[in-house]
This record gives sequence, structure tokens and C-alpha cells, in this order.
Amino acid sequence: MNIPIYLDNNATTPMDPRVLEAMLPYFTQKFGNAASRNHPFGWVAEEGVDYAREQVAKLIGASEKEIIFTSGATESDNLAIKGVFEMYKEKGKHIITAVTEHKAILDACKHVEKLGGKVTYLPVKEDGLVDLEVLEAAMTKETILVSIMYGNNEIGVIQPIKAISDIAHKYGALFMTDAVQAVGKIPVDVNRDGIDLLALSAHKMYGPKGVGALYVRRKGPRVKVTAQMDGGGHERGMRSGTLNVPGIVGLGKACEIAGQEMESEAIRLSALRDKLESALTVLEESYVNGNVEHRLPHVANISFKYVEGEGLMMAMKDLAVSSGSACTSASLEPSYVLKSLGLSDDLAHSSIRFGLGRFTTEEEVDYAVEVTKTAVTNLRNMSPLWEMFKEGIDLDSIEWAEH
Amino acid sequence: MAYSDKVIDHYTNPRNVGTLDKSSHKVGTGLVGAPECGDVMRLQIQVDENNIITDAKFKTFGCGSAIASSSLATEWLKGKSVDDAMKIDNMDIVEELALPPVKIHCSVLAEDAIKAAINDFRVKNGMEPIVLEKSHH
Repeated sequence: MNIPIYLDNNATTPMDPRVLEAMLPYFTQKFGNAASRNHPFGWVAEEGVDYAREQVAKLIGASEKEIIFTSGATESDNLAIKGVFEMYKEKGKHIITAVTEHKAILDACKHVEKLGGKVTYLPVKEDGLVDLEVLEAAMTKETILVSIMYGNNEIGVIQPIKAISDIAHKYGALFMTDAVQAVGKIPVDVNRDGIDLLALSAHKMYGPKGVGALYVRRKGPRVKVTAQMDGGGHERGMRSGTLNVPGIVGLGKACEIAGQEMESEAIRLSALRDKLESALTVLEESYVNGNVEHRLPHVANISFKYVEGEGLMMAMKDLAVSSGSACTSASLEPSYVLKSLGLSDDLAHSSIRFGLGRFTTEEEVDYAVEVTKTAVTNLRNMSPLWEMFKEGIDLDSIEWAEH
Repeated sequence: MAYSDKVIDHYTNPRNVGTLDKSSHKVGTGLVGAPECGDVMRLQIQVDENNIITDAKFKTFGCGSAIASSSLATEWLKGKSVDDAMKIDNMDIVEELALPPVKIHCSVLAEDAIKAAINDFRVKNGMEPIVLEKSHH
């Protein structure tokens, strides 16, 4: 077992050696520009890209013509939100999304608002799921796009995607999903799920950083997005820029491996996740955040009341995890995702996200449990809040000096 | 964020964690911060008849820098007169622990905790609380 242990697979994943192997020739021998149509160097690169396009499409049940390669999911999200708004704003200017979305969606929506768009940010229920009735009530004739993430990056909850896309379509709107955390982890099928646009990223599924894709539906309906970068008209005019051939080949390989292995991987990881979770919730005053039935197999987000997340992570220095604590961000605000579940600030400050992955072993999980338990116990012994809780003092009865 | 060696030292081996008898008239208790903000410090001092702080204890809910700031504060308090303790400035803590700008509020909280403990001690013993010239928050 190598220390430190990596349990932050929602932030990024290590690259699978099989992916690296597939990529390597495209840096040196097969270095051509995929847009060079007149010589074998270009053809070879294009072949690599075409094959990758098929691999990506296959994983999400799409046709290869519907895959637009990008620099990653942030670009895909931006292209989808801004590109749909620009393309369809004559039809309507209203977009619906949710407060728990990734910043790439939320900030792209803010940008659209500056351009005269109107955006509804749906609240979520206590378990992190979108309330379908609230969604339907927000739909108007002006709504051109509903954008709801597939699986959440902080708490791992999986939204009722098919039901959401049905509502969007009922009102004539397109449905977009940021599926960065879901693709390659659970079965995603654009036709079964009624998805019109989908963002994915290679580095969240054991591929390289700096490459992703946007799925754009071509049939029923034919969806178009306005390009956000001017240039050579690559990717059917939707995304200019010389293709990152090695990265794209890596993304393709990562998708192929995920397609073959995700079913067994999900079974293994959810068992390990459940083991970790049940061992840690034995601790008094520890709470699992988010819906536990509808969620990704590899994520556990737990609040350990009366200890602060960053202090806790420091005590768990052999574990690479993340926290919703304010202290981990520059803003000093705790996680907006956890707060939108209705979690009080102090519980949000006390949260730790464990993100398991393909290379996580049972031995590592067992070790993580021991380290976490010891850290929580030690910090509680040092916590005035824990002492007051143990003395039966109601912490809400104290007038805290908010600073 | 990388922590300084001194923060890590205080965090790993915190000095003077514990609880003094808050009902004793020799003990002053300061409880500052708020759970919503992610840090709460409780700092206690025990003062002898010569106005010397003979013992200091803390408990802190917070990040590594908050724990280190309060640990350091208790170390500095022991043996000091109450008057000298009043002079401890948060910037002394920032300097000693090499806190980055984003963690300065941890040192402010420690200074507030010291002053709150001293005032609690003063009020308990029939003295006026010292009016603090500024609120940091």
C-alpha cells in the first residue's frame, strides 16, 4: 500500500496505463494534423480521431457524427449553454438549471443573463434531487433549454434524467446534461435518457486532462449550437481549433475501457463505498449527505459534526480527500451544494468527500477508515463544541459572535 | 495549501488542550467565533493572587491554523501577567506561525479569545471589563 492514499477521484482520476499506451504513438510517429487532408500524416491522425469518436459515441449510445471534441467539460458546458442560447434566442430566452450544478454551468448561465437571457435556478430537495413538480412549474413557452447534471460531483446523487428530459421536451425545450461524473461510471444512453446535449471529460474517467467532448443530437431534433471560438471550422463548425489528437485518442480509449469494465467496477466500488460508509457512520453524530439510493457507486460524502473539515483533513494527512469546509476555498463560504440541501453551515463545514476509483483497494479503504476514525476522535477531544454537546448544552441557545 | 512547520507542530502536538473549572473565580473563560463560520475557540486562563497567569487551556473547533493559533496563545499566556497578556497582538501570532493572508482571521480569533478570557476573569472578580477599542469582525 502506497501512502498517501488517493480518495479524491471526483476531482480527477489517475490515467489508466492502457490509455497512456494508446496515446503515446500520437505524440511522436503519428503526430500529424487531423485536418491535413493531403498526406498520410494527416490521414493517420484523422483515423485515430475517427476511431476515438466511435469509442466515445458507443459509450453513450450516440452516433459518431454527434461528438464534438473540446478541451474539457468546462468548454463543453460553455459551448452548450451559450451556443444554444445564441442559436435559439429568437425562439425564447429562458433557460432552467439547478443550484447544485457545477460552476461551469452556473457561470455560463450568468453570462447568458448578461446577454439578455432569463435563467431559473431550481432549488433541490434535501436529498439533492430536483423536484419534478417544481421543474414543471418553472417551464414556460419561452424555455429553450433545461440543463441538469447527471451525477453530482460533491455528493454523487443521480438526477431522474429521463423524467427531467420528458418534461423539457413536453414544453418544446432542449435537454442538456453535464454528465462528467456519470459517464464511464454508470450506464448513460442519450436515446434512452432523452438527452439532446451532453458534456463529458476524459480525466474523470482515467483519461488525460485537457480533453472532453460535447454530444450534440443530430436527429429528432437536430440540435445546433453557435460556435464560441472563431477559426478553421473544425468539428462541423461548432468548435474550431486543431484537434488534440493524442488527447482525443486517450479519451476514446478511456471510453472503451469504461464500457467494458464499468459494470463490474461499479459493483466493486459500491461495495467498498458501503463498507467505508457503514464503518464511519458508527461514529456518533456522523451523517451521510445526499440521497443514498440514487447515487454514483464511488462517492461518499459524510459530515462529522463538531469537527471542522479542513482541520480534519490535516489530521488525515495520509489520505487525499476533499471537504465542503469554507477553509478549503478562497471565499470562506462553505460548499454551496451542501448548503442547498438545507444543511446548516456547521454541518457543511464538517463534511468530507471520499471519492473511490478504479485503483482503490480494499486495504486502502480499511486504512482510510482507521485514519478517519482516529482523526475525528482526536479532534472532537479538542473541540469545545463536542464538549458542550456532551454536556447537553444546546448549541443553538448560545449567542455566537458571527464574524 | 501548505502549512508552515510551526503550524504543523502545534497542530500535531497541541499544547494545553483541556478544560479549567469555569466556575472558579480564579478562572477566566473566553468563547469566541461561531460554528457557522467554521471556527470556535474556547480559551481559559487561571490567574493567581499576583495577577500572573499560572495556567491556560484551550479547545478549538476549526482548521489547522485556528488550532495552532490557540495552542500558541496558551503557551504565550502561561507565566505572563494579565496586563502583559492584554498586549498580545494577533500579528505576533501571524508572524510566529507564518500564517498566510487567508488565515489571518484565525489569529484575530485567538486575540479575541485572550481578551474575552481576561474580561471574564475581571468581571468575576468585581473589576470592570476592559472596553476593546475595536471589534475585528
